Amino acid sequence: MERRGRIVRIAGPVVEAEGVAGVRMYEVVRVGELGLIGEVIRVEGDRCTIQVYEETTGLRPGEPVVATGEPLSVELGPGLIGHIFDGVQRPLTRLQLIVGDFISRGVSIEALDRSRRWLFKPTVKVGDVVGEGDIIGVVQETPMVEHRVMAPIGVRGVVRRVEEGEFTVNDVVVSVETERGMVGLTMLQRWPVRKPRPYARKLPVEEPLITGQRVLDTLFPLALGGTAAIPGGFGTGKTIMQHQLAKWASADIVIYVGCGERGNEMAEVLEDFPKLTDPRTGRPLMERTVLIANVSNMPIAAREASIYTGVTIAEYFRDMGYNVALMADSTSRWAEALREISGRLGEIPGEEGYPPYLASRLAEFYERAGKVEALGRPVRTGSVSIIGAVSPPGGDFSEPVTVNTLRIVRVFWALDEELARRRHFPAVNWLRSYSLYRDELEAWFRRKLDPEWSNMIRECMYILQREEELKEIVQLVGPDALSDEQRSILEVARMIREDFLAQHAYHPVDTYSDLEKTRIILGIILDFYRFTSESVKKGVALHRILDLPIRGEIARLKIRPLEELRGIADSLRTDMERQFRELMKEV
Amino acid sequence: MSIALKRYRSISRISGPLLFVEAVRGVAYGELVRIETPSGEERRGQVLEVTDRFAVIQVFEGTEGLSLDKTAVKFTGETIKLPVSGDLLGRIFNGRGDPIDGGPQIVPEDYWDIHGMPINPSSREHPREFIQTGISAIDGLYTLVRGQKLPIFSGSGLPHNTLAAQIARQAKVLGKEEEAVVVLATMGITAEEARFFIEDFRSRGVMDHIVLFINLANDPAIERIITPRLALTCAEYLAFHEGYHVLTLLTDMTNYAEALREVSAARREVPGRRGYPGYLYTDLATIYERCGRIHGVKGSHTVFPILTMPHDDITHPVPDLTAYITEGQIILSRAMHRKGIYPPIDILPSLSRLMRTGIGEGRTRFDHREVADCCYYAYAEGVSLRELIAVIGEAGLTARDRLYLQFADEFEKRFVNQGVYEERSIEETLDLMWDVLSILPERELKRADPKTIEWAKQQGKYKYRSS
Repeated sequence: MERRGRIVRIAGPVVEAEGVAGVRMYEVVRVGELGLIGEVIRVEGDRCTIQVYEETTGLRPGEPVVATGEPLSVELGPGLIGHIFDGVQRPLTRLQLIVGDFISRGVSIEALDRSRRWLFKPTVKVGDVVGEGDIIGVVQETPMVEHRVMAPIGVRGVVRRVEEGEFTVNDVVVSVETERGMVGLTMLQRWPVRKPRPYARKLPVEEPLITGQRVLDTLFPLALGGTAAIPGGFGTGKTIMQHQLAKWASADIVIYVGCGERGNEMAEVLEDFPKLTDPRTGRPLMERTVLIANVSNMPIAAREASIYTGVTIAEYFRDMGYNVALMADSTSRWAEALREISGRLGEIPGEEGYPPYLASRLAEFYERAGKVEALGRPVRTGSVSIIGAVSPPGGDFSEPVTVNTLRIVRVFWALDEELARRRHFPAVNWLRSYSLYRDELEAWFRRKLDPEWSNMIRECMYILQREEELKEIVQLVGPDALSDEQRSILEVARMIREDFLAQHAYHPVDTYSDLEKTRIILGIILDFYRFTSESVKKGVALHRILDLPIRGEIARLKIRPLEELRGIADSLRTDMERQFRELMKEV
Repeated sequence: MSIALKRYRSISRISGPLLFVEAVRGVAYGELVRIETPSGEERRGQVLEVTDRFAVIQVFEGTEGLSLDKTAVKFTGETIKLPVSGDLLGRIFNGRGDPIDGGPQIVPEDYWDIHGMPINPSSREHPREFIQTGISAIDGLYTLVRGQKLPIFSGSGLPHNTLAAQIARQAKVLGKEEEAVVVLATMGITAEEARFFIEDFRSRGVMDHIVLFINLANDPAIERIITPRLALTCAEYLAFHEGYHVLTLLTDMTNYAEALREVSAARREVPGRRGYPGYLYTDLATIYERCGRIHGVKGSHTVFPILTMPHDDITHPVPDLTAYITEGQIILSRAMHRKGIYPPIDILPSLSRLMRTGIGEGRTRFDHREVADCCYYAYAEGVSLRELIAVIGEAGLTARDRLYLQFADEFEKRFVNQGVYEERSIEETLDLMWDVLSILPERELKRADPKTIEWAKQQGKYKYRSS
């Protein structure tokens, strides 16, 4: 029986209705003659309040509201990768074919293309027992991604029929006899976005997500399955950093959620990603990427949903056994959407008008990250790493969204206006940022990269810290007050900043720095530091050291590809040693 | 739904710009309302909230003179629409879209909803066509491209309108004889400022490529909520329907935001920062995001918002949220203005986010990125030395330091500074950069490829002479 009520109030994206029988919290309803998508966010007696995911102009009291019985859900199956969806998972490219270049309302369109046929290869056979989460077959979704079709949650039984060949997502590919009778499994399943997908158990993190960005991989590493926040005022490079991570992060799958940001930026991703190649597989980056776009002039309620849509898709690929990285740019816009809806509901506001449940919503979202053992067989582990950009008003990190995010995430990449103004990018402030994963990841770096790694990092941080102290002295009494030893620290710190930490996002080579390359450059700069201290102690004048030809060589290391660097690293060290020895002989 | 317009006299409350009407039926959210005042004139409003019992209406021309008993309200059943046609070109309208140039009413080819619809991100083309403004600082350091939104942040008393008019006058895309159109919306500016724009356009004989929507300081404040939307709808029509390359100037967005705040306060909404509504970001986005380029569509829409920062404070919500939405910002500086430099652009914090794709070989010149980087860093170095001198004096300066100080001064005087009617080609701008860089020896130009420097030397553009 259709459950139908009528609209009694409209205020922006919030609509009140009465008379919808048995309506439930977070149930999806169709609003008005146009059948706009909405979600119930409050139930009071006969009345319910609905946030509408589309523009509400033109709605009138008295128009119908029809309950669907379903919570807000996404479609999961082949056909996600390489596509762009809006906040409630409408496929934007196909929407364009139907309604043109501008997004109009009330268009109902399925997320996954029903006409597309996929080559399904079963991995189970008749007579096998399958349970929830078991992989029943695979589809090569893109050359980079093998889509592992899993038995949905709640299914358990004996396989009675198996298909192989080309099918659409709606076709039954495996039939299972369960206690409740025969169940036909397709490649498509649905999952409510606000409910985390289940897994067997959570695992401790132990491996880093390599980002190819030197400052992050060395000083503030993120773990596979970890959480990070990038707060920064406008112009500090949040979006470019998110794009860099989406391009180069060592994840199998990347979900990029453009939440309340610029349309031209999404256009850039859509144009660039198919052209850029993944350094590990050599394939176009688009073949591992899913884009969710709610740009800043698209409906605000769908902005609130976009984050959940993204993380649910991320969990789905995690369950297949993949390492998934989710970038959300920006979580502040999501929080503002919460604030706006809350305000329209007349809720008592917390700090700066944000609802009191802001902190718990943020925590719930970031808690969906993690490394897990998935449900079902074969046994597999996967992870979701979440990187959220935060846009604090006025660049002030004491505002509620930044503060509450930092209480949850374990990596803080603080973007700094001063660095950005000096065009030092990525503008990650090395004194304010931190990573709480450093200890957990130490073993991995020691084993896979360099036994001395943590000492190298410590030394690098020590030099940067000393620079800060010495700069204060210079500010007070001028540079003449420093000894040669102190000035040598300033010079090496400058090398670390300019020749190592700064990285050019649009330079063809420098944009991505392999971990080994990162280690070689840092190693050489630290060697330079040791030789410099030794020489200065022996009385070599600092300006002689600064004139050494090796300095120019070091400055150019970052624009050399890894193979080239491997070839010259040893001879560079020998050269450096020779140049220093000659200087020391002279005194 | 077409119903005969029903008149209501059931107004129960008037508060600020808002009317509360009781016992209404069939009223749509966002629809256009006509209000008959006790004196018989007609005003317009829009439904902000509607329930099955009452409707809340914001009155664009203000509620002055309205009474509970002698005012009537008619709901039109329509959202607010702009009659559009190619005939819009060359016309002047008030902030509500009525012609004020003595010309005839527009014979519309269509009616477009002034709120527009979001461009599908997958239809967008990433903007990359260089617009030459003829202003060295902008073309050289903050290059503008078609489809970009780039605001000017200014302060009261600074020449932002002069600069905006110069941009409107000189903006062109090189090598293309395409028709460019300027749409100007003013919100709460003075009559003199408005006259300045109109005279400027008239004197050049380009009025037939201009559309003006004028809301002055003494016009109703609430009207400012629709003025920019009328202008943007007109611009979208001309760009995406008629195929023109449209530059929309919106001045002053701070006045717009204040009108929004006034309505929000009258509705007793929970305020965000400095009393502005919590949805200020979203609302501004629905204005700025309307620019862009669309795949396969001839025209383009570039938006140039201008706003004054109250008390020159860039952390004020209006500039702050604007910069989060726009693709960069050009900031005017009182200090530069005092030095007599025009345009008084604050070099270091200004930025164009889309510059990267708009410059280089085939767009401006291959050396653009490198020479601009060299100038930017050298100027930054010079400025930080100025600050150091202020603390410790000039005594401790090295010869290198003095060169940088000289560079910063000359860069401001020779490169940034130019005449209000002076138009420099991109070639001239780039050559001027090399010329000023000639103060510095080659080894200081770390941001340029040695090969590029060699080229500049051979061309006689870079000519450092050690003294």
